[in-house]
Amino acid sequence: MAWLVVRLAISVSLLYTASAVFEDQVGKFDWRQQFIGKVRFALFDTHSQASKKLLVATDKNVFASLNSRTGDLFWRHVDKIGPEGHIDALLMYGQDAVVVTGNGRLLRSWETTVGGLKWETVLDTGSFQAAALVGVQDFVKYVAVLKKSAISLHDLSSGSQIWVENLPDSDTVQYQTIYSGGNGLVFVFGVVPNSHIVIVEYKIEDGEIMRKKSVEAAWMSSLESSCTVISSGILLCVDQITQSLYTLQLQSAEQTEIRQIHLQTLDLEVASGFQPVLTSTQPNPAQPPLSEFFLQLSPDHHILLQLKDGLIAPLRDFNPSYLAAFATSGERTVAAVMSPKNDTACSINLFSADTGRRHLDTTIIYHMDPNGGKPNRLYVHAFLKKDDSVGYRVMVQTEDLTLTFLQQPGRVVWVREEALADVVTMEMVDLPFTGTQAELEGEFGKKAAIQDGLLPMVLKRLSSQFILLQAWLAHLWKLFYDARKPRSSVKNEVTIDTLSRDEFNLQKMMVMVTASGKLFGIDSKSGTILWKQYLENIQPDSVFKLIVQRTTAHFPHPPQCTLLIKNKDTGLGNLYVFNPIFGKKSQISVPALPRPVLQTLLLPVIDQDYAKVLLLIDDQYKVTAFPSTKNVLQQLQDTASSIFFYLVDSSQGKLSGFRLRKDLSTELIWEVVIPTEVQKIVAIKGKRANEHVHSQGRVMGDRSVLYKYLNPNLLAVITESTDTHQERSFVGIFLIDGVTGRIVHEAVQRKARGPVHFVHSENWMVYVYWNSKFRRNEFSVLELFEGAELYNSTVFSSLDRPHPPQVLQQSYIFPAPISTLEATLTEKGITSRHLLVGLPSGNILSLPKMFLDPRRPEVVSEQSREENLIPYAPEMPIREEWFINYNQTVSRIRGIHTAPSGLESTCLVVAYGLDIYQTRVFPSKQFDVLKDDYDYVLISSVLFGLFFATMISKRLAEVKLLNRAWR
Amino acid sequence: MNGNGFVCQSGEAVDTDFSGFSVPLEHSFEVDDVPRFSLRGVLQFRGGREHGVYLAQNQLSEKDRNTLKDVAAVDGLYRIRVPRVSLQADRQTERQAEGYLTTFVRACSLVESHLSDVITLHTDVSGCVVGVSIVTIPGSCRGIEVEDEVDLEVFNTTISVVAPVTAPVPETAPYIERMEQEMEKKGKNPQEQKSFFAKYWYLILGGAVFLMATSSAQTPPGGAREQS
Repeated sequence: MAWLVVRLAISVSLLYTASAVFEDQVGKFDWRQQFIGKVRFALFDTHSQASKKLLVATDKNVFASLNSRTGDLFWRHVDKIGPEGHIDALLMYGQDAVVVTGNGRLLRSWETTVGGLKWETVLDTGSFQAAALVGVQDFVKYVAVLKKSAISLHDLSSGSQIWVENLPDSDTVQYQTIYSGGNGLVFVFGVVPNSHIVIVEYKIEDGEIMRKKSVEAAWMSSLESSCTVISSGILLCVDQITQSLYTLQLQSAEQTEIRQIHLQTLDLEVASGFQPVLTSTQPNPAQPPLSEFFLQLSPDHHILLQLKDGLIAPLRDFNPSYLAAFATSGERTVAAVMSPKNDTACSINLFSADTGRRHLDTTIIYHMDPNGGKPNRLYVHAFLKKDDSVGYRVMVQTEDLTLTFLQQPGRVVWVREEALADVVTMEMVDLPFTGTQAELEGEFGKKAAIQDGLLPMVLKRLSSQFILLQAWLAHLWKLFYDARKPRSSVKNEVTIDTLSRDEFNLQKMMVMVTASGKLFGIDSKSGTILWKQYLENIQPDSVFKLIVQRTTAHFPHPPQCTLLIKNKDTGLGNLYVFNPIFGKKSQISVPALPRPVLQTLLLPVIDQDYAKVLLLIDDQYKVTAFPSTKNVLQQLQDTASSIFFYLVDSSQGKLSGFRLRKDLSTELIWEVVIPTEVQKIVAIKGKRANEHVHSQGRVMGDRSVLYKYLNPNLLAVITESTDTHQERSFVGIFLIDGVTGRIVHEAVQRKARGPVHFVHSENWMVYVYWNSKFRRNEFSVLELFEGAELYNSTVFSSLDRPHPPQVLQQSYIFPAPISTLEATLTEKGITSRHLLVGLPSGNILSLPKMFLDPRRPEVVSEQSREENLIPYAPEMPIREEWFINYNQTVSRIRGIHTAPSGLESTCLVVAYGLDIYQTRVFPSKQFDVLKDDYDYVLISSVLFGLFFATMISKRLAEVKLLNRAWR
Repeated sequence: MNGNGFVCQSGEAVDTDFSGFSVPLEHSFEVDDVPRFSLRGVLQFRGGREHGVYLAQNQLSEKDRNTLKDVAAVDGLYRIRVPRVSLQADRQTERQAEGYLTTFVRACSLVESHLSDVITLHTDVSGCVVGVSIVTIPGSCRGIEVEDEVDLEVFNTTISVVAPVTAPVPETAPYIERMEQEMEKKGKNPQEQKSFFAKYWYLILGGAVFLMATSSAQTPPGGAREQS
C-alpha cells in the first residue's frame, strides 16, 4: 500500500510539472537561427548552371552547404571543437567535396547534394601541409595529401590509398606545397629557409621519384605565402626585400638557376612592410594553370600580369583596389576586382582574365555598412548567360564576419551575420512605450508640470486623451483595412520605428555582444536583427561585460547600456556607452581608464538622470564612478560606509573584501586565503540582482515555517583540487559573505572533478560535477535555512546575522553530460523555479527544482506527503517532454540567458552557442493566462442565460405576488 | 610550496610530536580607521585530529576601553587577524605562511554585546586555516549606552575550528535496499500470491458462460431432446 502511495505521489507530481509543446505551438513563440562561423573556405558548385550550392568550411569546424539564392542552410556538419575537428583543406570536384580535418588526421569525401559521407580514410600521423586534386588526361582521379614528412595519393572515388612515400631529407627541408598539372606528375615543393628550394617530382602511377632538384634561393623564407605555379609548370615567387619576381621552369632539366625579374623593370614597387601576394588560378586540376596572375603590391593595389614567352607583362593595373579574385565558367576565366567608389560604396567589375579587358555592364555596387567592417574576402561565382556572355554573383566577407551575397546591378540577395555564432554575453532590455503612451507618461513626469497650475494640467490631460483616442481610431481603421486583405499579404514587419512594448512585456530587445566585437540588437519575438554595430580595434581575446545602467522606464531619458571591454592580458579596459534600443553610441563623456580594471560594481544608487552608478575598481584599489556628476559623488559620500566589494585573485587563491571611503579610495577589511597548493578557485558567483524571492520560508508538514536564509551578499566559490588523481581529487564549495568575509558554509565533494557548472539563487545553490570514482555526472543541491525563527524579519544585514544557517544538502545522479546550467527567473518570484540544463546534444532540459530539494525524504511520511515532497530517488529523470526546444537543437550550447516578462508565469529564455534559440517557458504552467481554446461563447451564453432567467423569474414572481394580493 | 617553505598539502600528515602550538590573535580599533594591530590573546591549538583550540586573552586596558567606545561612537570597525597557519603540518617551521587572515565586526556591536563574541577559524581539507570570522551576540547596534566599565574588561569569547563538511554523494545503497524491501513486501502480500484460477476466475467464468451461451444457441431445438 505504501508503495502504491509513493508511486501515486510521483505520478501526481509529474503530472503537475510535465509540460511539452503541442504540435500547433511549434514556432509560435520560439525561433532558432543557425550559424556557421567565420568562413575559411568557400566554393561554388559550378558543376551545373542551375546549381544553388555554396560549400563553406569555417573556423568553428563547421562544414556546410548554403543555398546561394536565399542564404539558408541546405545541410551542416558540426565537427569536434578545437584542433581535433579543425578543417585543414576543402577541395571540390563535380559532386564530391574532399575535406581534410584534424591536422591531416582524416580525409573525407562528402556528397554535396544531401551532405552524405561517401568515404572516410584515416591518414598516417604527421602535421598537414597541403592537399591537391590530381588529374590524369583531363580527368581528376586522385587526391594528394602532403604531410610534414610524407606524401600520399588517394583514389577520389573510394578513398583507398594508392601509394605513400616518405619525403627525402624531411628533417631539414620544410615541404610546404604541392602541384599537379595533369601530365602524370606530382610536384612537391620544399624550402630550406634562406638557402635553397627543393623540388621533388613523383610519378602518379607508383609514387616513384622521377627527379629531385634543389635551386639556390637565399632570399626565400616561406613558400606558402609567396609562391605559386602558373602557366605550363612555372614556379613563380615574389620577394619583398629584393623587390623581385622569380621564375623557374619545373620540368626542364637544364635550368637549375632561378630567374630574377626586378619589379622596377615593370615599373612596380611593393609597399614597404607589405608582404606581396600572388594569386593564380587553375580552373581544372587536370590541366595546367593559366599564365595570368594577380600581384598584390599593397593593401589597396592589385595588378594583373601575364607570362608570355618567358616575359612578364602587365595586363591591367588596378589602383586602388581592395580585393581581386578569379572565377571560371566553362572555358572562360574572369577576374573580379573590388575598387572603392566613394566613402560608403565599392564597385565590383569583371575583367576577362586573358586580356584584362573590362566586361561591359558588369558593375556591382557594394554599399558598405557604416556600422560594419571593411570587406576582406571576395568569392565569385561566374556563369554563362544565354547570350554566351559571362554573368556573375559575388559573396563578400567583411571583418565583422558578415557574409553579403550580391548580384547585378548591386542587389543584396542575402546577408548572414556570422558574428552571432560566437555570442559572449547578452542582456534583454524592455522595449519603450509607443509614442502616444510615452507622451502621456512624459507629461506627468516633467517637473515643470507641478508649477503649471490646475487649468493647464486639465488641458494637457484632455489633449493627451485626444491623442490616445486618435491613435485608437487609427488602430481600428488599420484592423478593418487589414481584415479585407488576404491573410498572407498582411505582414507584421518589425522595424526599429514600430518597436513598442506589448501588453505583457513579452517582446524585448536582445542585446548581444559577440567575440568579434560586433554588437547586435535583436527583436526577441521574431529574431530580426534591428541594429548592429561593429566596434573596431577589439583585441581578439577581449573580455566583455555588459551592464544595463538605465532601463526604458525613465522616459524621456533614453535607456542606456554600458559595455566594458577589457584586454585579457593587460587588463586595460574602455567603456562603450550606447542606447540598447537603437544601437546608437551615446554622447555621454566616458571616464578614461588608465589602469587595469579589476572589478565592476553596479550600485542601486541613481543619479538625477536615473542612471545607475557604475563603480570601476582599478589595480591600485582606486574607484572610478560612472556617471560621476556632483549629485552622484554626494550620494556616494553619504553611503560610502555601506558600499562593500570583493576582489578575487585566483592565482594566489586570495579573496579580499574592501569598503569604500568617502574620498573614493578603499580600505581592505577582510581577507580569506585558500592555499593554491591544494586547490584553486575556478569560479565565483553571486546572486542575480534582478531576482525576487516571494516567500520568506517554507511551510512544513506540521504547519510550522522553515525560514530561508536569504543573504543577497552571499558568494558561491568553487574550487578544484590540484591533485587530479581520481581517488584524491575533490571539488570545494565555499559560501562566503561578500561583506564580512565570513565563511558561511564550507563543503568538500570528494572523488570529484570539474568542470563544475552551478547556479546560485534564492537560498539554494545547485552544482554539477564529475564523479571520478563512479565515472558519472552528479547534481548536488545545497539549501540554507535560518530555522524556525527569523533573526530579524524586517531587514537583512550581513553585519547583523550572528547565527550560522542550517545547511541541507543532497546529491543525485544525472545520466547525461552537461554543457551549461541556468535557472528560470520571473517577475515576482511566485512561480516555481526550474533549472535549464543545456546538454551537449543540443537539447535544453527544463528540470523542476522540486526534484533538487535536499528535503526529499528517504522514507515517506504523512508530513512529507503533506508538503508535497517527492521521495528520494538517487537518479534524476530525464524526460523527453521536458526538452523545451523539442527538435530545435542548439549546437555547442555555451550559455542560457533568462529574463522575466510582464507575466508572472512566463520566463523568456535565450540559449546561445553556435546557434541561437529563443523561447518562453512556463514553469508553473500558464496560470495567469486564459488558454487559446478558452470557450468565450459558452461562458457568455451561460451568463446571459442566467441573467435572462433571473429577469423572467423576477417578473413571474412579481405577477404571482400581485395575483396573491388580489385573492 | 612557496618561498618560505610553507607546505599545505593534503598528504598524510603524521602527527608525531604533536604537543600543540600557539599563534597570536591580534586586534585593531582606531578612531582614524587605519589598522594598527596589537596583541589580543594567544590561540593555542591542541594536536590530534580533533582541532581543539583554546584562547588565552588579556583584559582590555582603560585606554583600550575608551578607544573602543570612541570607535563605536563613530561607527568604526573592530578588526582581528590571525596568521595563516596549518594545523596539520608536523614541523613548526612549515606551519606558518606569509600573510594574515583578517576580518572585522562593527565596534558598536562589540560594545553593545559586552564583548561577547564568537570567533570561528575555517580550515580547508588539508588543515590550513583559510578564513576567520567574528560575530557578536547580539549582533545589532541599537545605540544602547554601555555605562558599566566592567562589561568592557573581559572578552567572553567562544572560539572554534571548523573543517569542511564532506558533501553527500547519491545514496544508491539505501534506495536499492528500500526497493528490495518493497518488492519483498509485495511478494508476501497474499493478494499477489493467488493461484492462476483465483486471479482470473471472473475471466474464466465469463468465457465459460459465453461459450455455453453460443453453443446452446447453435444447437438445434431437437438436439436437446435427443440427448435427454
